[in-house]
Amino acid sequence: MEFNREFILGCSAIGAGLAVIAGIGPGVGQGIAAGHAAAAVGRNPGAKGDVTSTMLLGQAVAETTGLYGLLIAMLLLFVKPLAK
Amino acid sequence: MNQWILASAEKDVDFMIHGVFSYELFGHTVWITTTHICMLIVLLTLMTFMFISGRVMKKADEVPGGFQNIVELIVSSLDNMVDGTMGKNGKNFRNYIGTIFMFILFSNISGILGLRPPTADYGVTFPLGIMTFTLIFINKLRYQKVSGFMKGLMDPWPFWMPINIIGDLAVPVSLSLRLFANVLSGTVMMALVYGLLSKIAYAWPAALHVYFDLFSGAIQTYVFSMLTMTYISDAMTTD
Repeated sequence: MEFNREFILGCSAIGAGLAVIAGIGPGVGQGIAAGHAAAAVGRNPGAKGDVTSTMLLGQAVAETTGLYGLLIAMLLLFVKPLAK
Repeated sequence: MNQWILASAEKDVDFMIHGVFSYELFGHTVWITTTHICMLIVLLTLMTFMFISGRVMKKADEVPGGFQNIVELIVSSLDNMVDGTMGKNGKNFRNYIGTIFMFILFSNISGILGLRPPTADYGVTFPLGIMTFTLIFINKLRYQKVSGFMKGLMDPWPFWMPINIIGDLAVPVSLSLRLFANVLSGTVMMALVYGLLSKIAYAWPAALHVYFDLFSGAIQTYVFSMLTMTYISDAMTTD
C-alpha cells in the first residue's frame, strides 16, 4: 500500500503534536518540587541556598522525560524519517 | 495556505547545522560545520582567558585586585563546589570538573552572541557523556576491584545482571541527551521567534535570550557537572 508524501507529513505533524504531550509529566513534577522547596524555605529560611540548588538539580533531572518527547517531535518535524 | 506556511517556515526558520566547507580525506568528504567553528571560537576565548590569567597569577599580589580577583573568585568557587559534593576525593577532580564546567558554560551561553551553541550538536555532548562513563568505570574498577564490580552488577540476584548493565549504559546517554535537548530547545525557540515573528521581533527577544541562553545554559552546566561528580563519588564508595 502506497501513501503519498503529503499524507505522511501530515501524520508526522500529528505525531509530533502527540509526542510533546510528554511535557505534562515534567510540568506536574517540577511544580510539586517547587512547592515543597517553598515549604522548606518557609520552615527554615536559613537553608535557602541549599534548598534552591537541590530543587534546581532535581527539576533538571525530572525534565529529561519531557525533553525526550520534544526530541521525538523534532525528529518527526525536521528530519522527516518516515517521508524519505 | 498550508503550503505557504510550510514554505516560509522552511525558508526563514534556520537552526540546523550547516556545512561551511568540505575537504577530501582518504576518499571521504569531510565537512567543517558551524559547530566546529563555534567550538573553535569558544576554545580560543577560553585559551586567551587562560593565558592572560596565567600571566597575571605569575606575578600575583598578596592583596588581589582587578583581574586577579576575578580569577581567584572563579577558581575558588569551582573548587568549593567540587569539594562540597565529592568530599575528600574532590581534590583529584578539581581540574576535570573545572574544565568541563567552563567549556559547557561558555558553549551554552555563546548563543547570546549569535553563535550556534556547540552543545546543540549531539556529536559534542555524547563524547562528554562517554568521558563521564569512562571515569565512572575506571573509578569503580580501581576502588571496588573486580569482585566489588561484579557484586554491584549482580546486586539483588544474579539474574538481575542484564538490567543493571542497561542501567549503567543508560547513564551517558541520558546525561548527554539532557544537555543536548535543553540547549537545542532554546536554539529552536529563538530561531522560531526570529524566523516567524521577524516583523515584530524588536527588543523583547532579549528577555527570551536571558532565559534560554543564560539561565537555562547555566542550570544545565551545573546539572551536568553535579551529576558527573555524584556518579563518580558513588563509584568510589566501597562497602
